Amino acid sequence: MITAAVRELSFGQAINEAIRQEMRRDPTIIVMGEDVAGGAGRAHLGLIDAWGGPLRATRGLITEFGPERILDTPIAEMGFLGAGVGAAMSGLRPIVEIMFVDLIGCCYDQIMNQAAKMHYMMGGQVDLPLVIRTAYGTRGGDNRTYGGGAGAQHSQTLYSVLAHIPGLKVVVPSTAYNAKGLTIAAIRDNGPVIVLEHKFLGLSAKGAVPEEPYTIPIGRAQIVRRGRDVTLCGIGRMTHICSEAANLLLAEGIDAEVVDVLTISPLDEDTILESVSRTRRLVVVDEDTPTASMARDIAARVADKGFDDLDAPIKTVTAPDSPVPFAAVLEAHYTPSAANVIAAVHSLFGSGA
Amino acid sequence: MYEHMTLIREFEERLKWLVETGVPVGAVHYYTGQEACAVGVCAALEPTDWIASTHRGHGHCIAKGVEVHRMMAELYGKATGSNRGKGGSMHITDVRVGMLGVNPIVGMGATHAVGAALSAKVRKTKQVAASFFGEGAASIGAIHEAMNLAAIWKLPVIFVCENNGYAQSTPVEYAVSVPNISDRAAAYNMPGVTVDGQDVLAVWEATVTAVERARAGQGPSLIECMTYRYYGHHQGDDTHRYRTNQEEDAARERDCIRRFRLQLLDGGSFSEEDLNALDASNRQKIDEAVSFAEASPLPHPDELLTQVYVADPNGDAE
Repeated sequence: MITAAVRELSFGQAINEAIRQEMRRDPTIIVMGEDVAGGAGRAHLGLIDAWGGPLRATRGLITEFGPERILDTPIAEMGFLGAGVGAAMSGLRPIVEIMFVDLIGCCYDQIMNQAAKMHYMMGGQVDLPLVIRTAYGTRGGDNRTYGGGAGAQHSQTLYSVLAHIPGLKVVVPSTAYNAKGLTIAAIRDNGPVIVLEHKFLGLSAKGAVPEEPYTIPIGRAQIVRRGRDVTLCGIGRMTHICSEAANLLLAEGIDAEVVDVLTISPLDEDTILESVSRTRRLVVVDEDTPTASMARDIAARVADKGFDDLDAPIKTVTAPDSPVPFAAVLEAHYTPSAANVIAAVHSLFGSGA
Repeated sequence: MYEHMTLIREFEERLKWLVETGVPVGAVHYYTGQEACAVGVCAALEPTDWIASTHRGHGHCIAKGVEVHRMMAELYGKATGSNRGKGGSMHITDVRVGMLGVNPIVGMGATHAVGAALSAKVRKTKQVAASFFGEGAASIGAIHEAMNLAAIWKLPVIFVCENNGYAQSTPVEYAVSVPNISDRAAAYNMPGVTVDGQDVLAVWEATVTAVERARAGQGPSLIECMTYRYYGHHQGDDTHRYRTNQEEDAARERDCIRRFRLQLLDGGSFSEEDLNALDASNRQKIDEAVSFAEASPLPHPDELLTQVYVADPNGDAE
């Protein structure tokens, strides 16, 4: 039972609190990554804690836990993520930040061949309590400028190349509340968990967060809005797009249910299938590109296991199969919007809905 | 040390015979010829220290104390194998003896050794971590990232490059920009030495120095061991497509086991009979390992889907 004070926190603040509270509890937790504190090695100039990661989620940790546990790294994703894997095999619980998910190309072997497979291929000899945090996503259509407009190599979503690898758990929080709970669950998990944090959730994710530590179970989706007519299944920021679309649809008499996937691997099929069994229609909304994507994976699973419950074809709303463009107007077109979701829903009810 | 070197040789020679008689032991990379490297290094380590290995890892495993019957059972794909039959030659692991894993993605083991050393430093355990890698791996970025991290954080790592002259079939002088791999230590502000990797005492001595430095908190070292693999890159690789008979014969003239045997006999503490008895005991251990592997049960089909995820101690498993 959560009894402590509830405050409004931003997405980044919630993650920061999760890490801080867990580090107080467990001295084997360390944080590693580029500029997770910032200004490393210049403590004599008072320059520590200069940055704190793209979401400022690690800001201030070094002043409490010191440079032995909050490790700024050189630009060497392959090296320091590998060090995280080795440390996780030998008694620590590292939280490694890969600044942006676009950078996983520099360290993908550590994720897909090393972290994901160690427990299995070693016959269960080692646990691998490793958390990989990484920021993803486009600025979308709301004309953000700071940090947005980053182009094709700093704006991707790349869910599917992570979810594809057996052995990894991949979670995508969407609010400050579930970010704290999923981050704590990830830290306490004895296997590798990747936490994908959208760069531009902003106000939509800000919300009430209990002060006490709590977990949200990995591997469970959540129905965040009840509805009768169609299931809108969102991941990360797309959950907010689904909710926005649901509000607009209600005005025209369509009552949409919204499912927040929260964990893309292992996927909670049951919650999605149960929702579809009641609404009999499904639109999956995914910021990733569509080929071999989560959107199509979810659609395929529902087609396979829930076909008899469907009254209409499954629709997916995704980014196109293209790199993320730079120009704001193009990036807005690239990123799925509530209007795109509404158009997909209309197609399920016939053009005159 | 002699016992470990000959046990490795016996294991690999038996394995080669098994492969050639059609026993399906999977893809293997024989360590034969390089025994002094693994044994010299591991003899300078404590049982609680860590090693990270390469695809050519059987020697490292045996030198660090992995039991040969569990290794052989792993190669046979049996439930009693070191990895329950889920790893095979290229993933043999035994964390109980500090063996962090054979790792066939070249260079990755070095980063894991850095992580184990970081763990030792944070937990203040005084353990050290040795990373074996080949001269082929010296060209991959992961090794350089690992060395830089170990150097800036002054981690207790011993980087051990086994220079056997060939990355599969590509010669070192083609692939490496410096005359000696150890020259690269300077770039990471750590000591680097090249030693005769066919001389187990030279390898041991260099490692003792590096371990002392590591335990004293002074950071990593690089040891390059000049060695030679007697057989191909993997089972079935015909070395004569890229090496000459003369070169191979010359390398075998420097055989590390024969050399150490003569040193021991010269030293007077061991007689011919003592060493022959050790050889016989090793042969028996390998006989028993093969019998154990043959008699062991296959993994249950359910094993396919166990341990994909680490089970939650609170029961929210798999």
